[in-house]
Amino acid sequence: MRIIPKKVEGIKFGLLSPEMIRKMSEVKIVTADTYDEDGYPIEGGLMDPRLGVVDPGLRCKTCGSRVGDCPGHFGRIELARPVIHVGYAKLINKILRSICRACGRILLPEEKIEAYRQELRRAKRIGKSEEPIVEDLFKAARVVKKCPHCGEEQLDIKFEKPTTFIEDKQRLSPIDVRERLERITDTDAEVMGFDVAVARPEWMVLTVLPVPPVTVRPSITLESGERSEDDLTHKLVDIIRINQRLEENIEAGAPQLIIEDLWELLQYHVTTYFNNEVAGVPPARHRSGRPLKTLAQRLKGKEGRFRSNLSGKRVNYSARTVISPDPNLSINEVGVPELIARELTIPVIVTPMNIEHVKKFVRNGPRKYPGANYVERPDGARLSLARVKNIDELLEKLEPGWKVHRHLIDGDIVLFNRQPSLHRMSIMAHEVRVLPYKTFRLNLCVCPPYNADFDGDEMNLHAIQGQEARAEARVLMRVQEQILSPRFGGPIIGGIHDHISGAYLFTQPGVRFTREQAFHLLYASGIAKPLPEPAYVEDGREYYTGKQIFSLLLPEDLDLTYRAKVCRKCEVCKEEACEYDAYVVIRNGRLEKGVMDEKSFGAFAGELLDRIVKDYGTDKAREFLDSVTKLVINFITWRGFSTGIDDEDLPREARERIAEILEEADRKVMELIRAYNENILEQLPGRTLEETLEMRIMQVLSEARDKTGEIANEYLEREERRRKHENSARIMAVSGARGSLLNLTQMAACVGQQAVRGERIKRGYSGRTLPHFKVGDISASAKGFVRSSYKQGLSPLEFFFHNMGGREGLVDTAVRTSQSGYMQRRLINALQDLKVEYDSTVRDTRGVIVEFRHGEDGADPSRTDWGQMVNVKKIVQRYARKEAA
Amino acid sequence: MRLRKVVRLRRVDISKHELVPKHEVLSEEEARRLLEELNISRGQLPKILKNDPMVQKIKAKVGDIIKITRKSKTAGESVYYRVVVGE
Repeated sequence: MRIIPKKVEGIKFGLLSPEMIRKMSEVKIVTADTYDEDGYPIEGGLMDPRLGVVDPGLRCKTCGSRVGDCPGHFGRIELARPVIHVGYAKLINKILRSICRACGRILLPEEKIEAYRQELRRAKRIGKSEEPIVEDLFKAARVVKKCPHCGEEQLDIKFEKPTTFIEDKQRLSPIDVRERLERITDTDAEVMGFDVAVARPEWMVLTVLPVPPVTVRPSITLESGERSEDDLTHKLVDIIRINQRLEENIEAGAPQLIIEDLWELLQYHVTTYFNNEVAGVPPARHRSGRPLKTLAQRLKGKEGRFRSNLSGKRVNYSARTVISPDPNLSINEVGVPELIARELTIPVIVTPMNIEHVKKFVRNGPRKYPGANYVERPDGARLSLARVKNIDELLEKLEPGWKVHRHLIDGDIVLFNRQPSLHRMSIMAHEVRVLPYKTFRLNLCVCPPYNADFDGDEMNLHAIQGQEARAEARVLMRVQEQILSPRFGGPIIGGIHDHISGAYLFTQPGVRFTREQAFHLLYASGIAKPLPEPAYVEDGREYYTGKQIFSLLLPEDLDLTYRAKVCRKCEVCKEEACEYDAYVVIRNGRLEKGVMDEKSFGAFAGELLDRIVKDYGTDKAREFLDSVTKLVINFITWRGFSTGIDDEDLPREARERIAEILEEADRKVMELIRAYNENILEQLPGRTLEETLEMRIMQVLSEARDKTGEIANEYLEREERRRKHENSARIMAVSGARGSLLNLTQMAACVGQQAVRGERIKRGYSGRTLPHFKVGDISASAKGFVRSSYKQGLSPLEFFFHNMGGREGLVDTAVRTSQSGYMQRRLINALQDLKVEYDSTVRDTRGVIVEFRHGEDGADPSRTDWGQMVNVKKIVQRYARKEAA
Repeated sequence: MRLRKVVRLRRVDISKHELVPKHEVLSEEEARRLLEELNISRGQLPKILKNDPMVQKIKAKVGDIIKITRKSKTAGESVYYRVVVGE
C-alpha cells in the first residue's frame, strides 16, 4: 500500500444552523419514554432504533450496518420556545450591547466599521489573531448612546449570568434576543468576527436541539438485568418532558406567567445539558445526589476526553504491581512474576527454523508456563488457545506465516516505568527474569533514576510487540545505556546505602581475609580471576586485604586518582600519605591507596564508575556494578552492620562542652540585644537596625549549633578509636551512605534554630510566641531555638516550635510538587515535537528549524565530564602516567 | 526647575552595543547554498521582523536571509540564520 501524505490545511469551526440540525437528523424525538414494557425501544423516543445500533446482532434501521460499522445517527428535538446556548451567552451579551436595538446595525459610523473591516482583513492575511480587533470594536460600540444609522436611543443592557439579558429593567426573552441577532446584516456580522457561511449570530439561540446518537450515550445493562441509562439520556428526557409541557400549555392558552416559568425551566435543562458546572446554576443531580456528567464534563479536565482518551490512552500488553528489591539480579534485569509472564505475550512469526520451538509454546497453552495465549492466522484472525478444543489439529495447521503470541520468557526486552515520569530514565528497557511470587523485582542500583523505594511503590511494565521497537529499546533504552545522566554528565545509576558503607568497610586498611574467605567473596560476586600474591603471611597463613580483592573487579589497565568523600579538605593535601586514607590511587587496575565510598561508585557521585563507563563502555560498567554490589553486600552481610541510639552517646565531657557553647551563645545573644537597646549595635548596610539584630542573632545561634556538631563528631570519632568499636551512624554519614553530619549533630548535640519562612519563629501572640514568655522577649529560647538534641528529647516548648518548623516543611513539599508538576506539563506540551535531526538541527514536525545546533555546541551533556567539555587536568594526568610507564 | 534631557536614539549605533550580535545579509548565492544544505524552504527558517532595528540598520529586505553570529558560552561562537518577514 502506498501511503499518500496528507496535510491538514486548516480547521474551521462554525455553528450548526437549525436547518442543518434538521437535515442531519433522522428522527424527530417526541416522547420522553425510552423502552416499552417488553423492553423494545419506542419509535420517536430517545432510544429510537433509527439513532443507531448498540445491541450486537441487530442491524441499524437507518444505514443497515451492524454494531461496529454503524456510526450512529442524530435525531432532534423541536423546542417549543427558543433558548440561549450557555456557551455563547457571553458573546451574545457583547453583541447585543454593540448593535442598535431598532435597526440592528453596529453602533458605529460607517467609516469606522469599514476601518475595522480593513484591519480584520489584514490580520487574517498575515495570520494574526482577529480577537483583539473584534474586542476593540465591542469596546468602542458599547459606549455609544445613539444609533448613528437610525438615530434610535440605546438603552442599557444588563447581562445576568448565566443566560438572562435585561434591557432597562425589561427582561429580553430568547425570542427577543434572537430577533435582534437576526437583524444583523451579513457584512456587520463579519466585522464582529463571524464567518456567516458557517455561523450566523442568531444560531447561538437554539430553536432545535440535536439529539446525539445512542452510540454516544449507550445504556448499560446491570447484572440484575436492569437497564441503566447514560447521564446524557437522563438529561435529554428532562428536556423533552419540559418541552412537551411547555408546548401543551402554550396550545391550551395558559397564563403568561406559567409559560414563562416552564420556559425558564427548559432553559435550565438545556443549560445543564451543555454544561453542568455553570456558575450560578445549581447542578442537575442524579437520584443518588451525584451531579450529572453532561457534555462539557465529558471533555474537560484531567479525566476528560482530551487528557485521558486523546493525549493518553490505556494500553494492552502492560502490567502493574508492587516492586521489591533483589540484589541478585543484574541492573539490566527485572523480575517478573510468573502470573504476569503468563498474561503478557510477545508475537513470534512462525518460520521453518523456529516452527518446532514455537509449537512447544502452543502445546503448553495459556495455563502452563511457558506457553502461548493466541495464535494468529496469516489473514489476521486470532484464535484464543483457551478456547481451542483440539490442540493437535491446530498444530497441524500451524505453518510459516502464522504468528504465535507466546508468554514472556527470560531474556525478553520489556519497558519498565515508574510515575511520575519526570525524565527519560523513568522508562528504561529491562531483560525479563521470570520469578515466583507476585512482585516485580529490581536491582537496587536502579532505584535512583526511577526514584523508587519499597514502601509500597508500584511500577508498570510494557511488553514490546514489534521488532523495530525491540531493537530500539535494546540499543537506546537499556538500563546500562542510561548510567550516565544527561542532567549532569555523571552516573545516576550506582550504589546506594549498604553498597557504600559496605565498600567503605571493605576497603579499610587492616581488613584482611583468608584464602577461603577471599574465594568465597569472589565466587559470590561472580568473578573468575586468579588471586594475586597474598599481602602478608602470618603464622604460615596467607592473608588478602580488602583492597586487593576489590582490585580484581577493576579493569586491568585503569589509572585513576581522586579525593574520596571522606576527604577532610586539609589546607595542604598530603596526597598518598593521607592519614584518613581519603586519597584514592588506582594504578594498573590496582587499588593502592584510599577507601571506596560514595565518590567511587555511588549514584550521582561515583568518580570511579564514571571513569569506567566513559573509558570502557557500558558493558564493562554494568559488569562492574553488578559484581561490586554483590561483593560488598556479601561482605557487609557476613561482617554485620547495624546502628542504634547508642551511636549518639557522648561522654560527659562532650556534653559539658556543648552546654558551655550553648551558654556562651545565649550570652552573646543577650549581649547583642543589650547593644541594640543601648543603640550601639552597628547597622549592616541595606538593613534596618531590627533586621541587623535578627541577622546577627541567627548567625550566632547557627555558629553555636555548628560548633556543638563539631564537638559531637570529634568525640564520636575519639570514642570510636579509643574503644576500637566503630560508630555505624558516623560511618554512614562520612562515607555518604546515608544521613549527614547535620543529622548526627541534631541527634547527638543540639537541634538548633527552628525557622518559619526563613526567620526565627515570631508568630503567635502579640509581641511573643507563647504566653510563657514576656512580651518583647527576643532571646534564643523565646523564638524557637532548640537547645536539646533529639536523643535528650525536646522540652514541651521546644517541641511546639519544632512542630511549627516541621509543618512548614511539609506544606512546602506539597506545594512544590503540584507547582513543578504543572510547570513540567506546560513545558512538555510546548517542546514535545522538537527533535534533533541527523544534520544536527533542531526542528519541529513541520521541519521548521528552531536551533541550528542544539545548545549552540551540539554537545551531549551525558558524555561530558560533569558538564565540562574537556577536563584538561585529567588528560594531562593520563599522559603523564603513560610517559612514566 | 524641571530638567529635560532628550536622548537622541537615532544617533546611537546599536550595532556597536556589546549585547547586539553581528548581523549580515547573505548574498543570493550564499542563501541558495544554505537552503540547499539544510534542504528547506525559506518558510522553515526562523523569522525576524523587517522593522527590527538591526534589520533596518543593515537595510535588509523582506525575504533576505540574515546570518547572526553571536558569542556563546558553550560553543564560543554560534551562527543563527533568520529570514526577514514583513509584519
